[in-house]
Amino acid sequence: MTRSLNTPAELYGRMRLIREFEETALRLVKSGDIVGGIHPYIGEEAVAVGVCAALADDDLITSTHRGHGHVLAKGADPARMLAELAGRTTGLNAGRGGSMHAADVGLGILGANAIVGAAAPIAAGAAWASQRARSGRVVVTFFGDGGLNQGVLLETMNLASLWKLPVIFVCENNGYATTMPISTGLAGSAVARAQGFGIPGETVDGMDAVDIRSAAAAAVERARAGAGPSFLECLTYRFGPHHTMEQRIRLSYRPAEEVERWRLRDPLVIQAARITPQEREEADARAAAILAAAREFALASPHPDPADALDYLYASGMRGRGGEG
Amino acid sequence: MAKLSYAKALNRALRDELTRDESVCVLGEDVGAGMAQLTLGLQAQFGPGRVMDTPISEQAFTSLATGAALCGMRPVIEFQIPSLLFLVLEQIANQAHKFPLMTGGQVAVPVTYVVPGSGSREGWAGQHSDHPYSIYAHVGVTTVVPAMPSDAYGLLVSAIRSDDPTVVFAPAGAMGVREDVTRDLVPVPIGRARIHRAGTDVTCVAVGHLVHEALAAAGELAGEVSVEVFDPRTVYPFDWPALADSLERTGRLVVMDDSNRSCGLAGEVLASAAEGMRLIAPPARVTRPDGSVLPFALGLDRAVQPARAALVSAIRSVMK
Ligand SMILES: Cc1ncc(C[n+]2csc(CCOP(=O)(O)OP(=O)(O)O)c2C)c(N)n1
Ligand SMILES: [Mg+2]
Repeated sequence: MTRSLNTPAELYGRMRLIREFEETALRLVKSGDIVGGIHPYIGEEAVAVGVCAALADDDLITSTHRGHGHVLAKGADPARMLAELAGRTTGLNAGRGGSMHAADVGLGILGANAIVGAAAPIAAGAAWASQRARSGRVVVTFFGDGGLNQGVLLETMNLASLWKLPVIFVCENNGYATTMPISTGLAGSAVARAQGFGIPGETVDGMDAVDIRSAAAAAVERARAGAGPSFLECLTYRFGPHHTMEQRIRLSYRPAEEVERWRLRDPLVIQAARITPQEREEADARAAAILAAAREFALASPHPDPADALDYLYASGMRGRGGEG
Repeated sequence: MAKLSYAKALNRALRDELTRDESVCVLGEDVGAGMAQLTLGLQAQFGPGRVMDTPISEQAFTSLATGAALCGMRPVIEFQIPSLLFLVLEQIANQAHKFPLMTGGQVAVPVTYVVPGSGSREGWAGQHSDHPYSIYAHVGVTTVVPAMPSDAYGLLVSAIRSDDPTVVFAPAGAMGVREDVTRDLVPVPIGRARIHRAGTDVTCVAVGHLVHEALAAAGELAGEVSVEVFDPRTVYPFDWPALADSLERTGRLVVMDDSNRSCGLAGEVLASAAEGMRLIAPPARVTRPDGSVLPFALGLDRAVQPARAALVSAIRSVMK
């Protein structure tokens, strides 16, 4: 799969790939091949793709519990990613991480993180290392609107601004933290919080990959120039549930009309309008073929041996005592 | 013969590692000035980029160290208060410690966390007197509690060189200890116990500053009971083979541990000995009481800490 994300068709193609990935993953959750469920990214694809389109291959990202889009946008192999979700040895993390921890460090993906807000300081640390090494690498940390209420994220914005770290805070404001609307969870505004730390902040249309890419590109340029962090608030929406467990427990916390209204602003439709029908068809067919092959690869891959359950626990290779006998 | 103080030993270890390895750096509050003595003179020598003062944002700078470690650095963090290890349990236990496994072995997180002045500092009351090494051992984070200056040096060096996150507790009760150092200071392997005094009747396992209490108790009992003083030095991973060896000689066990009693290290040592080592008498332990909070008044603070007198009676009781 190409990692380049330059042309309108490539932007569309990557978003289509993410959508196709999520739809495939949803079916595998239903069939029981993926246990534990997933937090689907459907509806938010433009954010991951627009931001990653502004990054170089050796730039870095940290991701969230809703992380499939980020990981794929940064270039991870969909087949190994799907194998990871299915807990197979061929997965990105050898089946040890699953949906919420997918990582491919070689591609600059320092991992999805299941704790809200927790990846921000890790990204800042990577940015600090980059600054010290004068490597020019920039780090993006994705987080949701809910993450704005984690103290550690606010601490991190302060450190990043003080030390002019090449880190970009990307807030995916999808309007909800699980079931809690942002209006009941956030005092002040997201961008004003960043500005309070002296970090320039901007709100962009999170459904438009091209808008996001331009805003991200400006932030990347600023970070590479040594001018420090930026903050992007991307206004977006998840079309599906917070988590697939909502397929079993019906929750009502969003008006149906609201969901419908946002669906009219599908980021794929917005981007499709910028390419030819033929380009679109080709991209759709390519994504479908990639995911069909990925599904086959994932489901044909071996399950890990239970005897190896605690492999990788210590980088030093240390082994603790077992739990029996 | 030079007398080496515990604080100086830690300072030397940091200086030597900062000199040896460019990727080592120190982060913490007031480390530039060297308020806790560990970093005295280091900022002047290595610059503020490598010995870096941080704002009071422990959660952020603890995970910042993780991110830097993922990118090839070897940060050392100094914490001002032992209870800050409760504040950053998320960042150490749930993030740094879990990264190697969760990524399927893609990364290592070589970060060292140093807590100078752990345990009671006498008169610092409830929120400055904790000794949470059992919590970190329970989670599976490499945890060392040196009792002697030479071990403080050697274990801090090994911690910094280790590819796994490692917590170094430097007990307040040991920080004043000085040691005659006749040989070069060398790295001390993690996970290896040290017998400070050989004995044949009772093995006394003591942790950190309590090693000095155990040595004093063994001295008091000399002629009456022959006490072997066993210092694990590393509480996780614990040196079980060395303990089994010692119990082969003595068959009796007393543990002195500055943890609360329930789910503390002493309980683990007793259980492990009972499961598979030689015991000819029921073992005993001297610990802080269950779930204790250290009260302020000096008499109360001391009443809650494991005491030498209690150790002496525990040793006598296992001899009966
Ligand atoms: C610190 C923390 N608290 C609670 C949770 C449980 N949780 C998982 S996702 C989530 C909502 C996060 O909302 P937001 O940051 O807006 O991201 P979104 O799910 O909308 O993408 C919560 C509360 C968690 N993972 N981490
Ligand atoms: Mg949200």
